[in-house]
Amino acid sequence: MTIEKIIEKSGFKVINEGKDITQTISKPFCCDLLSIAMSRVPANAAWVTVMGNINTLAVATLTEASCVILAEGIQLDAPAQERAKSEGITVLSTEMPIFEAASLVQKIIDENTEL
Amino acid sequence: MNEAIKLTYHISGDDFTRAGEASSDVKKKLKTMGVNPVAVRKVAISMYEGEINMVIHANGGVIDVILTPTEITMVLKDHGPGIADVDLAMQAGYSTAPDKVRALGFGAGMGLPNMKKYSDSMKIETAVNVGTTVTMVVKL
Repeated sequence: MTIEKIIEKSGFKVINEGKDITQTISKPFCCDLLSIAMSRVPANAAWVTVMGNINTLAVATLTEASCVILAEGIQLDAPAQERAKSEGITVLSTEMPIFEAASLVQKIIDENTEL
Repeated sequence: MNEAIKLTYHISGDDFTRAGEASSDVKKKLKTMGVNPVAVRKVAISMYEGEINMVIHANGGVIDVILTPTEITMVLKDHGPGIADVDLAMQAGYSTAPDKVRALGFGAGMGLPNMKKYSDSMKIETAVNVGTTVTMVVKL
């Protein structure tokens, strides 16, 4: 499952298209506390959070998450938007709560795997 | 890589828009040099936590990263308030981070425990009102 397929099938809004949307997504991961996320985000995760600040993007870069999904309609603030562009991180947004957004990502991955 | 390489970073205090830049830069350089991904991840996590601690608690400081063929040493030196009770600070979940920092997603009390967990050795030298030097080593 790739980022572009998740975008296509989820209906999540693209806030920033990263440098490589053909990158694989391994699994969704949910957490808003950055120190926990820092040590726990799996490689190539779709990280679902409500933290839309620049530090989220630093952690996403360091953990090599494939994309960040902002839940609850959260948007990136201006410095974070800049960082997403400069680091080439894909950032998506949805009005869904965190659990529903992550569940949808997992459902898309599962359905794709069965095919 | 036969000789030691030293990288130095000056960290600004209370500037969360730049926090993590030094760790990201080290990570990129290590990847470029072909350092194994497990070691790169360990350095990135432990250094990021240390960098964030300097920004939150110590009004910044200096980080030296020394690479040799066998290990990566990170020395984080600040002139902040020092740590009064290191054992207490090392407890997972203990934090003195102010509310404005918690609002950014920090302050889980996992910084020092993560640094210990992801480095192969960690030494803390600290004195109240003088500063703190944390030395972490990741073996290659």
